[in-house]
Amino acid sequence: MNGLNPSAVTDAVTDVTYTADEMMTVAAARALRDGMTCFVGIGLPSAAANLARATHAPGLVLIYESGTIGAKPAELPLSIGDGILAETADAVVSVPEIFNYWLQPGRIDVGFLGAAQIDKFGNINTTVIGGDYENPRVRLPGAGGAPEIAASCREVIVVVRQSTRSFVERVDFVTSVGYGSGPGDRERLGLTGAGPKKIITDLGVLEPDPVTLEFTLTGLFPGVSAAAAKERTGWDLAVAPDPEIIAGPNPAELDALRNLQSFVPQAHPRSPTNDR
Amino acid sequence: MAEIVSLAEAVERAIHDRDAVAMEGFTHLIPFAAGHEVIRQRRRDLTLIRMTPDLIYDQLIGAGCARKLIFSWGGNPGVGSLHRFRDAVEHAWPVTLEIEEHSHAGMANRYVAGASGLPFAVLRGYNGTGLESLNGDHGSVPTIKPITCPFTGETLTAVAAIRPDVAVIHAQRADRSGNVQFWGIAGVQKEAVLAAQRSVVTVEEIVDRLDPRPGAVVLPSWTVSYVAHVPGGAHPSYALGYSVRDNDYYVAWDAIGRDRDAFARWLNEHVYAVPAGQS
Repeated sequence: MNGLNPSAVTDAVTDVTYTADEMMTVAAARALRDGMTCFVGIGLPSAAANLARATHAPGLVLIYESGTIGAKPAELPLSIGDGILAETADAVVSVPEIFNYWLQPGRIDVGFLGAAQIDKFGNINTTVIGGDYENPRVRLPGAGGAPEIAASCREVIVVVRQSTRSFVERVDFVTSVGYGSGPGDRERLGLTGAGPKKIITDLGVLEPDPVTLEFTLTGLFPGVSAAAAKERTGWDLAVAPDPEIIAGPNPAELDALRNLQSFVPQAHPRSPTNDR
Repeated sequence: MAEIVSLAEAVERAIHDRDAVAMEGFTHLIPFAAGHEVIRQRRRDLTLIRMTPDLIYDQLIGAGCARKLIFSWGGNPGVGSLHRFRDAVEHAWPVTLEIEEHSHAGMANRYVAGASGLPFAVLRGYNGTGLESLNGDHGSVPTIKPITCPFTGETLTAVAAIRPDVAVIHAQRADRSGNVQFWGIAGVQKEAVLAAQRSVVTVEEIVDRLDPRPGAVVLPSWTVSYVAHVPGGAHPSYALGYSVRDNDYYVAWDAIGRDRDAFARWLNEHVYAVPAGQS
């Protein structure tokens, strides 16, 4: 799940070499402003949120569903409950408290989520793919904190790799609601937050059309064409008239990201069949 | 008053076939050694309740201990799938596994209701999700329903209380009277113990006196059934102040959990062949 997209890109202007996943994580980090409060999902969102805190947003308040408020890890946690989160937090509260007192009333500025499948209205599926609920082709982990993060944070940003498998016309199962079936659905459902404002992928950035709320390509990473983004989308992706070309990662961003990731275990770990 | 007993005795006396068992610990303080003892004593047809099944329930499900799973997030955190859980849901292996699925907010509130002696809890949640609409299907008991606020008329969501037969947790310390203390990420362990009929607490250390600790949760001895001294009993999760999370183990579990034979070998070598509290 944290495997890096290995396709390396060299920026023609700066001569900096980076992967598509690094570009995605840097773009996601840039979407967070200093001083915001951010409810962080594990994986790509956590990497991006920690990168933001290590670069332009030192005052970003990271909140994890394990109840750690204001965590300041110097290295990326593997889980949402690693010890470093509790040891560096401003406060550690119970799990009922984090959801009831902190998330539910709408105190948190931005929810930062991943997805296995996402549709053109930003609805997220992390439950089942294919078949039916009783007999799914693929059983995914399920909801976790995401349904209420998607409902109650003031806004939501989703970080997900783009492919025709993950970007679908309609999700197989609505785990977390984006804009439902379109305008008016969030209000009708009583969801208090504004919903997903950005989907950041390994190709560029999608934002909801102000009228239809359908996600539209508004930004592209260096060297990526709108045609390539359309090809890797399972619905007929609308493209903004003049999509922004997003600047590639600068050396400081890349250094900070690689430094954070150098601590995460990846290759040839000690086997659980060894004695501990 | 809690009795201080061996892990094997605690499991034997507290946990029986067909019980509803909640082993809690949110990433931190997961009672792995107790879970392994349940496997070793070959309990069957358990209803396993846990917000994040994690490796502990992957192991219990793969070993054939469970008939039903009540949960809210079943993955290997930061790594990927729980393959024994997926094999059970996708291929009914080793046995058919019934599932009852919630969000974290829903599960946390269900424990709060159980601990509070209430039949349900109220939250803003589930609206528009598939979880809400599949609830109560297939002959199962519905556990998510809309409810109207008697004061404002607003429609909110009610979730049914969880009342496990047994709660199992790991804590940093107990004293010789069986008062239990834990700190760091506290999850829903307090709620799970207070919601349950019986409880088993494994601890890193038994001390003469529990010093006050900032932010610590104390469960008085009279709320706990059994305390067992099991140092390292949360591995590969961790006990803040005693151990660190063994992230390498979580990464390496992927290959073992993925393969039925590798899992069977792991069970034989690392659970069945070792004494209680040593796995």
